[in-house]
Parts: sequence; C-alpha cells; structure tokens
Amino acid sequence: MPYIPHTPDELQEMLSVVGVRSLDELFADIPAGMRPRSFDLPKGQGEAEVCAYFEDLATQNRTNLISFLGAGYYAHQIPQAVGALSGRSEFYTAYTPYQAECSQGTLQAIFEFQTAVSRLLEMDCANASVYDGGTALFEAAMMAVRATRRRVLVVDECVNPIWRIMLGTYVSGLDLELRLVGQNNGTSDMAALMDAIDDNCAGVLVQNPNFFGAIADYTELFAKARSHKAWGVISVYPVMQSVLKTPGEMGADVAVAEAQSLGQPLSFGGPYLGIMACRKSHVRQLPGRIVGRTTDLEGKTGYVLTLQAREQHIRRSKATSNICSNQALCALRSLIHMSLLGPQGLARVAENNMALARYAVARLTALKGVELLNDAPFGNEVALRLPIPAEKLVDAATSRGCVPGYPLGRYFSGMDDVLLLACTELNDRRQINFMVETVGGLL
Amino acid sequence: MKTIFAKSVPGRTGWQPDTDAPRAAEMLPAGLLRKDPPRLPECSELDVVRHFTGLSRLNYSVDANFYPLGSCTMKYNPKFTEYVAALPGFARLHPMLPQLGRGTSCAQGALRCLYEAERWLCELTGMKAFTFQPMAGANGEFAGVKLMAAYHKSKGRSRTKMLIPDAAHGTNPASAALAGFEAVNIESRDGMVDPDAIVRAIAEHGEDVAGLMMTCPNTLGLMEIHLPRIVEELRKIDALLYYDGANMNAIMGKMRVGDVGFDVVHLNVHKTLGTPHGGGGPGAGPVGVGERLLPFLPAPRVRRRDDGVYRLDYSLPQAIGYIGPFYGSFGVVIKALAYMMRLGGEGLTRASEYAVLNANYLKKRLEGVLDIPYAHRLCAHEFVASAPEGTRALDLAKGLLDRGIHAPTVYFPLIVKECLMAEPTESESRETLDGYVEALREIVEQGKADPASLAAAPVSLPVRRMDETAAARQMILTEDMGQ
Repeated sequence: MPYIPHTPDELQEMLSVVGVRSLDELFADIPAGMRPRSFDLPKGQGEAEVCAYFEDLATQNRTNLISFLGAGYYAHQIPQAVGALSGRSEFYTAYTPYQAECSQGTLQAIFEFQTAVSRLLEMDCANASVYDGGTALFEAAMMAVRATRRRVLVVDECVNPIWRIMLGTYVSGLDLELRLVGQNNGTSDMAALMDAIDDNCAGVLVQNPNFFGAIADYTELFAKARSHKAWGVISVYPVMQSVLKTPGEMGADVAVAEAQSLGQPLSFGGPYLGIMACRKSHVRQLPGRIVGRTTDLEGKTGYVLTLQAREQHIRRSKATSNICSNQALCALRSLIHMSLLGPQGLARVAENNMALARYAVARLTALKGVELLNDAPFGNEVALRLPIPAEKLVDAATSRGCVPGYPLGRYFSGMDDVLLLACTELNDRRQINFMVETVGGLL
Repeated sequence: MKTIFAKSVPGRTGWQPDTDAPRAAEMLPAGLLRKDPPRLPECSELDVVRHFTGLSRLNYSVDANFYPLGSCTMKYNPKFTEYVAALPGFARLHPMLPQLGRGTSCAQGALRCLYEAERWLCELTGMKAFTFQPMAGANGEFAGVKLMAAYHKSKGRSRTKMLIPDAAHGTNPASAALAGFEAVNIESRDGMVDPDAIVRAIAEHGEDVAGLMMTCPNTLGLMEIHLPRIVEELRKIDALLYYDGANMNAIMGKMRVGDVGFDVVHLNVHKTLGTPHGGGGPGAGPVGVGERLLPFLPAPRVRRRDDGVYRLDYSLPQAIGYIGPFYGSFGVVIKALAYMMRLGGEGLTRASEYAVLNANYLKKRLEGVLDIPYAHRLCAHEFVASAPEGTRALDLAKGLLDRGIHAPTVYFPLIVKECLMAEPTESESRETLDGYVEALREIVEQGKADPASLAAAPVSLPVRRMDETAAARQMILTEDMGQ
C-alpha cells in the first residue's frame, strides 16, 4: 500500500505485541451494527495515472483568456523564488509552532510577517494571519464589538459584497445589527456614513480602494467614529497600499486585507490570506496566533507564540475567536513576496497597474456610450458604465477569448450596465488593445 | 538569526517590474498617498533565498523528524499532490470566472474536481453532501453549528445550548459560542462521554439543547462505545449530533459517521487526507451533512447536468449564507482528492488500520515507561499517557526534542494529568516507533536520576527554553515594538 512501510513480517510481529490476530481486530470497539453500510470507493491508482488525470482536468480550465477580472482577487506575477522557498518541506510539513525550540524558522518568519504587515499598513502590530479577507473583516468587527460592548456595526456598501454576505452569515447568530450605508454611484457616501455613527455604534467598516476601485480618505470618518468611542475598521488592497495613504495615517483602529495579491496564486478561490493589524492598545482583542520576541534561558533571542490566553485552546468558549490554525504557509509566501519586491518593487507594480488602468480607461471611454461610473480617483481597478448590459458584453467577449471585467449587476441593483475592470502587471497594452477592439465590436 | 529587516540595505532590490509608468504622485492627488514608503526589506533575490533557506533549517518537520503530535495526524504528505495543485490550469484560475454567463464552460476541470471530491467524501463518511467552503477545521466547526442552528430555526424554535464533552478540542466550545450557543460541559466517565450525563443535561435544559459535538474516537484515543445510546437520547428531543473529524484517521473504512447517526461532520483534510500542515495552515475543513441539514448548506453547490456539464447552483433559498468567499481552499482540496484517488477505498482503509496498529503497538511498548491510563483497552489512532511520578510531561517533551523527535501533544486533553498524547500515524515504520520508545525510556531515567539536567533540555537546538512570561509581558510583536 502506498505510504505504509510495514512488511508482512513486521505486521505479524506488531500484531502479536499488541495481542490481536488481525488488523480488523483492532477495531473490536466498533460492533458489526456500526460498520459501514457501503464503502464503494474506486481502486487506488498509480501516481502517474493520478497526475495524468489532473493534467487533463487542468486543460479544461480556460486560463489562457485575456482577463481583466479582479473584484478583490488579482492575478499578479509571483517570483519563482516564492514557490521555491515556501516549497521547502521544512516549512510546509511542519505544524503550529507549539514547541518553540524546534520551530524557530516558522516562528521568526511569522514575526517578520507581523512586522511587514504592520509597516505596510502603518499599524502597531499584526497577528499571524486569518483565513481570508472576509473572515479578517468579520474578526475585526468582533474586536470592535467586544471592546466597545456595543452591538451596531456601520457597514459601507462599497465593501466587497462577498465579504458583506460573509459578515452577515457570521453575525447572524449573535445579537448584532448591521447598519448598511448605501453607496453613492460607486463611492462611499461620506455624509451618510458620518450620520450613521452614534453612541450605539461599535465600529464603522470601510474599504480602500473600495469594491468599485475608488480611492478615498477616511480620516474624518474615523475621527467621527472616535468621537463616539466607536472603532474605525478598514480593509485595503495590499499592492495598492504600497502607495496609498495608510490605515495608520487615517487613524484606523484595525486594518485588514485579503492578501492573496501578495504571493498567492488565484487557485480558484483559495487558499488565500487574511491579514489583520491593529493599534497596540487593542492587541488583547486580536484573534488567532501571535508571535513575540523573547530570550531563552541563556539570553539568546528567539520567538514564541504569545498572549495565548486569548485563544480557544486556553479560554475555550470565552476565547476571542474559534480560530486555531491560521494560514501560516500563505503568510510565509506573502513575506517572501514582500521581501523580494521590497518597497520599490511593490510600488512600481502598483504604479504600472494604475498606468495600465488609465490607458484602458482612455481607450474604452473613447468608444461611444462608455463612460466612467464616477469621477473618483482610482487605482488599478475602475467601474465603467456601458451602453449595453455588462453581462451580455462579458459573455460575448469571453467567447472571443477575452474577459473584460466583472459585471456588477449581480451584486448591485441598477448596475446591470456597469463593468468592473482591473489591470495587473500580467496585462499589457497589447492585451488592452485587443480587449478594447473586442468590446468595441460588441457595443 | 538576524531578521530579514536587519539584512536590508537601502536601495537594494530583488525583483521589479519592467515599467515606464509614471509615479503615483502623477496619477493621484497627494492627499490620498502615503507619506513614506513602507519599510519593507530591501534585499537581493539571493539575500532572500539565503535568509529563508536558513530559517527553514531551524524547523522540525515531518520530512525530517518523527512528529507524533496527538490529534494532528502528522502523516507523510505525498509529493505528487504538490505538483497537481500547482498545475497552471488550476493555479491561475480566477474564482469569479464561473459566475459569468459563459464562465462556467471555462472552469469545467475545476468544477469537476470539486464534484468528484464531494462524491469521495460522501462515500467515505456516509453523508449526503459536502460543502468545501470552510477554510480550516475550526471554520468547519463554525459552519456545522450554523447549520444546526438553521435546522432548529426552520422548525420554528430557538435552541441555545450545545453539549460539549470535557475532552473536546477547545475549538468546539469556541465555535459554538461564536455561533451564539452556550456550551454545556459534559463530564467523561471511564474516558468516554457518559450517556447518563447527556440524559441529565437534557433533563436540565430540556428542548433548549440544540445538539452535541463529539469527537469519535475521542481525544483520549478511545472509541465512544455508548454512541448508539447517545444518538437515541438526542433523537428523542430532535437534537443534532456533530462529528468533529479531527480523529477521522482512526475509522476510514471501519465506520461511517453518517451510518451511525451523526447529522453533520467536518473533516480536517490536512490531517486525514494527507495534505501538508504548512506550519499552521492553510488547511481545509469541508463539512458534510445528512438529509436533515441538506437544505441549509452554503451556496453555491456544484451540480452535474445529465450531459456531463458541471455548473454552480446558487438558488438555495434556505442556505446559511457564505462561510467563505468561493469554494473553499481549492488548492488544498485538490491535493486531498489526488491523495484519495491514489489510495483508493482499500488504501484509505489500510491507512486507518495501520495508524491504529502503530498507536496500539507504541502504547503497548510504552507500558512501564510512561503511566498509561486505559491500558486494558485498545486505543484508536492515538493514546494518552502520563509522565511517571517525579517527572513532568513538559520535560519529557523537551528531552525528545534533543533526540531529534518532535514532542507529542502535551497537557491536552485537560482531564489527564501530565498528559502526553501521541499519534504515530500509519506512515511511520516499526524502527521509528522503537526508537521513540527507547528515547523516552532514557529520558524518563534521566528525569528520575537527574531532574535538573532534564529540566535544562533542550540543549542541542537553535535556542534553549524560552522565557514565555517575558514575551507576554514585553509584547515585542514586531521589529518596531520594544525598541
């Protein structure tokens, strides 16, 4: 049998040490009436056959489309060194670093990850990651709820609609109110958000750039929240964060992100990476693993899991979250990615993509009936109003080998004719020209 | 080792796009830009490669060390599954593609993987359907208790109590609390869930009991032999039974949770189905349900049309919502599917048989070395032991580290004194198990003869015992704190 080393002789000797005659006798505690009613699984296959099966399935996915799909999840170049280093099995076949002395590699990497995240967001500290951007937003909201002992969360409709649905699912068993503030033509309705904050409010949740790609400054909103002793929570796009005003500068209490864009392949939806950073004063509300620097009994610097009294294995039902494992390997990948690109590389990626998006917008808006949804500043992603339903356009363009973006009608009423288009460094002007010609031919 | 930040040299870069794009300041208003660039490392590619190669060498791992961490199923992770998951046809696939009208036809291979994986898990567990949305075991637990809540709500009742055995993983009560339930502790008797304690809890809380979360075999490594009676008692009040799949590696091919009365189950594919643990994630926590909870599974579900085309079904009016953004940790699920296909039904059964054989062999050989509670019973894939009189579990654990062996889980479950919980898995050979026994024998002798020397262990690793109290007090969580 694959991956089982026992020879027939060893099997017999081991059975006799245990004092049973057969392997099945080891399961004597499962009586006949509790045995499987059926177990009709296929026969095992050789490694080459299984690989061939997946190679064939992989070709049935059209990853060769010229794509401008983003909507919170972006196809970026990932340096080969990210895979090569995170693919070292000393990292990926280890587990949660409970035994610090033999886990300094993972622990120091998480400490460095926490540092990189904190510096990118200009927050005091970060945790070792959570599952994804949606759960990060939920966990941040719960930090605010616990700390303020209040039950109202003000949510900007410009936050990724998938994460808002997740948030709704996650809080549905708790006695909380989600106070949704409608978007204003793809931008945050700042006045309405300000009005929605009162003394019952635990926190206000926004996203920058928002789901429509628009960039704003939430400093005043967070100041208003603070004046009501409520928290400011912001979700960001890490690549754009290399150039944008930071959550720290805006006065956010917690900053989160979907960090897929830092070194994780799209991989059809996961695994991804939720990052969370906060002010030092809030650290005891932070969920999940946190690594701290300390010394060993000889005074040598090292790293340990710390502040564990927040966590489920200690506090059980009183824990800050039920999270156990985080996304350690994804966090490692993002750290390696950030280390390779550095501040300059990351900013140049952001700038390259912004420039491409501007080029695409210039060309598309030259087509009859295509215009920007709003005049808000944007980064690498932007919403465009079309003269025809966006879904119809995307369908037709897909048949011609090009996905020009995501049609927004699915999540926003009145936006059936709005297309959300993202550019990354995997696109270039030639691709944009092809897309514009395709779109032009379909309008 | 110095941190990557300490190795940073201003102006050095490892990787940059070739672009003539203008700077951000020429494209955006100054008020929207950050003042200072982020202080990320500035390193060459080789600097980065050396640094992380160096860090990797400071870790113990399954590929380098015996890693009998109880309840974590640190089995061998076959290398070919890494290849499969990294195929560009999967790795480069955007999750929103099949939400587009024509997009479904562009993701048939991936949708088929999810469909096939669901069929495998259904037959493996005897459940009716699975969702792959939960991104880890604890996330699966949360999804599972949300499904239980949705069931009771659909019956027009609000139930607030979740029964949880004292030997349960901490995630169980934490997940229940997160879903709005109050955890009710069920005491064990003879190392198992006591059906009389269930009866008493039901008598006390009546129809406020939503269900019971069980790990079976439990965290003591014992089969829950009163299961049929427990199922019967819960059914009387239409309460639901949750199966925590952490210990699924003990029962493949021997018991299917759907057949014996469980309504909902989460599987830790990074445990049972051979996907790597990644140093603490990413995992995947697919959740399976029986008939009663089927309508509440999160959207979307993958369907196969009669003509063999796969599509996503979002029209599920009773679905609990979204637990994850898309279809779960696809890159992990695909490894689990590849593993299952490689082993087949027989190989999966053998995996559980040899995992249980290895655990029982190890337990037997450790009699006289450690104190073994429940020694008269066969254990499942793991077992608990106590450090013998005069020694501490923590010291024994550190002694093992010095001998190149990862420690078992210590001080869990909480109900066993000075607990060492070991799970050898089916991957390990007899000589590895014998080596573990000899190592522990030496360590126990050392601990009794010279407790101070054992308390000083480990001495051969990159660091000695760490000052955890100082870590919590000083709170240096980044390079910039505590400066």
